Formats: sequence, structure tokens, C-alpha cells
Amino acid sequence: MTALRPPGTLAAALMIARKDLSMEYRTRSAFFSSLVFSLLGVSIFYMVWDPTAVRPIDMAPGVLWTIFAFAGMLGLHRAFGLELQTRAMDGLLLAPVSREAIFLGKALANLVYVSAVLAVTIPAVVLFYNLEFGSGLLILGGIGVLAAIGLVTVGTLFSSMTVHTRFAELLLPMLALPFFIPVVVPAAQASAKLLVGAELQTVMPWIQVLVAFDLMFGVACVLAFPFTIED
Amino acid sequence: MADVDLSIHAGECLALFGPNGAGKTTLLRLLAGLLRPTSGEVRLLGVPLKGDAAAERGQVGLISHQSMLYDVLTVAENIAFAARLHGVPDADAATEDAMARLGLQGRELTPVRALSRGWQQRVSIARAIVHGPALVLLDEPYTGLDVAGARALTQLLLALREAGAALALVTHSVDEGLALATHAAIMLDGTIRRHEPTASLDAVEYAESYRRLVLEVAA
Repeated sequence: MTALRPPGTLAAALMIARKDLSMEYRTRSAFFSSLVFSLLGVSIFYMVWDPTAVRPIDMAPGVLWTIFAFAGMLGLHRAFGLELQTRAMDGLLLAPVSREAIFLGKALANLVYVSAVLAVTIPAVVLFYNLEFGSGLLILGGIGVLAAIGLVTVGTLFSSMTVHTRFAELLLPMLALPFFIPVVVPAAQASAKLLVGAELQTVMPWIQVLVAFDLMFGVACVLAFPFTIED
Repeated sequence: MADVDLSIHAGECLALFGPNGAGKTTLLRLLAGLLRPTSGEVRLLGVPLKGDAAAERGQVGLISHQSMLYDVLTVAENIAFAARLHGVPDADAATEDAMARLGLQGRELTPVRALSRGWQQRVSIARAIVHGPALVLLDEPYTGLDVAGARALTQLLLALREAGAALALVTHSVDEGLALATHAAIMLDGTIRRHEPTASLDAVEYAESYRRLVLEVAA
């Protein structure tokens, strides 16, 4: 019998995230489908937009964060879906690592994937609507990270809850989308203020809402996750 | 499942026979800690196997009906991932050793999806034993293996037994089971009907007795 030195929670989470990202890098299936969805969404919103009726700075924030929520959703099912194809999830559950490490690893991989989609969607929206964020672009990036954390924490938990059901890909958006509202609304409100040249302190209340959501749901989802995988 | 009272000691191999739906796979999943019993308990190395028994869970190696492999990852990546997640001190060396034991040299960089069912089964076995588990649970491990693969598996299981691992082997083949087992049990309708050491068993009589029990239950 080998003397094992099981990895700690963070080290195990990084291993799982690295494995998931390595698989995504080779197939690029979730990233490309989300990317195409994002760009198509931005294009469609742009084509149906009447610039004489609605100003770009009024339209763009809603477009950006709505597309972000739906595009992010596309890949979240995959987090646990790929573990079930060959019951590889059993291998994870048998490993001497905490359940929390599995959740964190999955959420971390999802965060990288959602951030990558966002990194393409933001410039696309800026280009299509000819926006000028100036120095606010950096703050917008920060808001994007906070929104992505909120989205993946809730999305990863619901992905784990629904993956065993027959209608997983239908159930996941139905369950998760209502929880994305507290992410999308502050992100859109803060972006709208940045577009009219508001200072950081003006958008801070919305950023605080995002931080509070991330903390609250981050802890709640980590604690709830072990119950979603018990047979 | 009811009235199941079994113990497997280090260096022993329990062969578990039973028809489809008898509860063999459920029993293996209970032993692995993947299912929680509604009553009673499973102990591994003397420690009750509960949700928080991460270290004890790590001493289990499971080979199930499904490969439990990531098909886009290579053979070596799949085995090394399991080794690292279990905290094997030298994961690369352990991966190479496990691959050598299953005759997987030369296929290290092949993605699992490019392998046949039999070769995937070998990778699955290598993944399950790479961390030197104290308890190896095998659910129909010979499925899909060719003659060479089956021989390699038998040798590997005998070596694991001699090294002190406890094995639980679910199989429909009485001959395969008795060739490896120190104890044999027959499971029907979620209960253990027979359980005895194999040393005093006559293989032909046992196979006939198993066949009769299965037919009785089917009738």
C-alpha cells in the first residue's frame, strides 16, 4: 500500500480545473459555441436596433450582459456533463479530496471559460455600438470578473444538480437564470453609468452588490455542493 | 439489499457471483462509499466509510462497467491525473509502472477515444490501481479484454493480492472468479445466499449449485 499525500483543497481544485481546461482546449466545443452565440447575439441586437429611437449608451449595457448570461450558460452544463459520459465523476468522488475541491475546480475552469467569452464579447459590443469607455474600460473589466464569478458559482452548482436529470440542458437555464438577475442588473447599471463618464464612486454601490452576491452565493454554493452529489 | 454481512481481509479476494439485478454492483458502490447504506455501515481499514472519510475513500480502487476515463485525454494523462489526485508521491513513475503492468507502453500519448474497448479497459484498470489501493473493487473486469489482456489482468490481480490488497470481484464466470478468489459468495435478490472459502470448494459442484440457485430464483 502506497503512502499517499493527498493534495489540499486548493491544489486539488487547480488539478481539476487544469484537467477541464485541457479537455476544453482540445475540443473547444463549449468555447466556440458560446463565442459564436455571443457574436451572433451582438449582431442581431445591432441589426434590430433603431439608433434614432434608442441611444447606443442606453442599448449597449443591456445587450452586453444579457448575451453574457446566455452565452455563459451554454458551457456550464458541460462542467459535469463530461464527467458523466463514462462515470468519470466516480473517480473524482473516490479521490481523497474534499467535495469542496471538486466544486472549486469546476467553478474555476468555468470562470476561465466565461471570462474568455466575455473578453471577446466586450470588444464586440464596444465596436458595434461605437462606445467610448475611456479609463472606464478597466473598471468594466473588473465588473466583468465579478459578474463572471457570480454566474459560474451559481451555474456550477445548478449544473451539478441537474446533470443527472433527463432534461438537464433545459432545466439548467430554468433554474439558474432567475439567480443571474442579481448579477446582470448591477453589472448593466454600473456599465451604463460608466458609459456616461461616471466616476468609480458613482458605480461603487452596484459593484458592492456584485461583491455581496459573489460572497454570499460563493459560500452557499460551496456548502451546498456536497449534497448535490450524494446518492 | 438486506442482511449483507461480509468482510474481506488484506490479501483476500472475494468473488461475488449473481444474476443480473442481484445487487452486486450496488454492493460494490456501497463498498466504495459511492452509495450510502440506509442502515448498517461499511468499514474500510476499520474506519466507517462516510461522506467525510476522504482518506479512507482514497484507499479504494474501482473498476466499473464504464471506463471512468476522459476520452479526449491521453492514456498517460488519465492515469497521471488519478495518481496526482490521490497524492501518489511520484505520480509520473507510478503512471509508468501502472502502464507497464497493463502492457500499455507505446500507447502513452494515444487519446483514450482512439482505443478499442479492450485497451480502454486496460487503461481503466491502470487508473484504478495507480495509487496502490488497499481495496480493489472489480465489476466484470474481464469484459472486452482479449486473451493477453485477461492474462495480464489475472497476473496483476494475483500480484495485488500477494502485496496485501483486498479484492472484491464481481463476475458471471464461476471459473474466472474461483481462479482468483480466496472466498466466494453468491448474491441473489439483494441477499447473500452462500459465502465460503474457496479452498474446500469443488469448482464443478459450485458452478452447478450456482446455476440451480439462479434458476430457482428466476422461476
